[in-house]
Amino acid sequence: MRSTISKKISNRNTRITEHPILRFERKKKVRFFFEGKPLYGYETETIAAALVANGIRVFRHTDKLHRPRGFFCAVGKCSSCLMIVDGKPNTMVCMEPLRPGVKVKRQEGRGKL
Amino acid sequence: MKTTEIAVIGGGPAGLSAAIVASRLGAQVTLIDDNQRPGGQLIKQTHKFFGDKTHYCGTRGIDIAAILANELKLTTTEVVSGTSVIGFYPGSVLALADRKRFFKLSCKSLIVATGAAENNLLFPNNDLPGVYGAGAVQTLVNVYGVRPGKRVLMVGSGNIGLIVSYQLIQAGIRVVAVVEALPRIGGYNVHAAKLARLGIPILTSHTIKSAIGREYVTGAIVCKLDRKFHPVKNSEHRVKVDIICLAVGLTPLTEILWQAGCHMVYIPELGGHVAWHNETMQTNQKNIYVAGDVSGIEEASTAMLEGRLAGASAFEYLRGKSKESRMIINETRTELRAIRQGPFSRRVVRGKKKLAKSLL
Repeated sequence: MRSTISKKISNRNTRITEHPILRFERKKKVRFFFEGKPLYGYETETIAAALVANGIRVFRHTDKLHRPRGFFCAVGKCSSCLMIVDGKPNTMVCMEPLRPGVKVKRQEGRGKL
Repeated sequence: MKTTEIAVIGGGPAGLSAAIVASRLGAQVTLIDDNQRPGGQLIKQTHKFFGDKTHYCGTRGIDIAAILANELKLTTTEVVSGTSVIGFYPGSVLALADRKRFFKLSCKSLIVATGAAENNLLFPNNDLPGVYGAGAVQTLVNVYGVRPGKRVLMVGSGNIGLIVSYQLIQAGIRVVAVVEALPRIGGYNVHAAKLARLGIPILTSHTIKSAIGREYVTGAIVCKLDRKFHPVKNSEHRVKVDIICLAVGLTPLTEILWQAGCHMVYIPELGGHVAWHNETMQTNQKNIYVAGDVSGIEEASTAMLEGRLAGASAFEYLRGKSKESRMIINETRTELRAIRQGPFSRRVVRGKKKLAKSLL
């Protein structure tokens, strides 16, 4: 089971493994859910980083024109990355640490309170 | 309600420096930061810093973040991380929110070191996933080691545009071109030369006309600009990219200062509205200080110096002047003047002068 998990992560070309300056510590693998589908990330990253690493770029659709939106600032300032996290809408996933089992959904419009 | 002597908002270079200085002088300091770990935007800056008079020249931003975080640990500063300041109430009461609760913090003096946010740019489809702040992609790549795409168009050739372009190449992303609306490159030559050596085109008098894509970016239209910044007819061409990075300036994050009734002035040279402040970073609200990008967009090196100034002046406001506080203020002011001598600081110096006059 463990080996299949590592395969799933390393198969993606989105994770940097070699870098001239940085070394990325990827210690604890975490399973989470996006639209009900299990995905894998690492404990030290944000939900946004884990989604992007899994090739997911559209995080929500806007209220009136249903335009797709992804992250924009990645530092908790612009509100472009609002998603439904464990049922809670309008969660800034660029700041939200990835937790085991967390359920992440695309937000349509303003979300339901 | 929790109380503190000096509350510092922001754990970047300015806020960390302010907290370190103020608590070393003997004040009770509480530092509030919305990130999980301290360092602000230094934690993604893999390049070495410039400057002759600063302590950290030749050191990478990521290492400066670690040095400052360690220095802070040796003080009595209480760090409240993963927490946002969401309001300023009369009597210097701050409203705070973390993931689970709202709470209050009362302070005698406040140092606002909230930094800045990246600007967007107007063009069709600028809201498509794939159009990101250059700093945002830098965060993803350098902090998390995640590549949000394979091919990037960089918009803006200031230092952020140039530096991030180089760092994206280091991360294995192809930089298709850097476009710059002005007829000249905005940032330092050393940074531009690194890109030129790798054959990355830096197209001056060029801009992005639109982003292409339905669900996310699949390309961009780039066009030439004439001297009046109007698009040149038939100069459009299409580039195939899946990331468009915007490095088109920053805006100070001033919400708390507006709420606190600080005298706010619009100074384009400083990036937008900033709070009037004197040479020791004190605003017209005597117990409120500013430091770093929130007081005018500049650099991390000056942010650290402004932070030191703000920390020492807030201490003097509360406890009176001491030999040490005087020394820090005098030394730091000299260093700031020296570091702002260069041609790239002219704009900021002009802005700070305008700002100083605005309250006369």
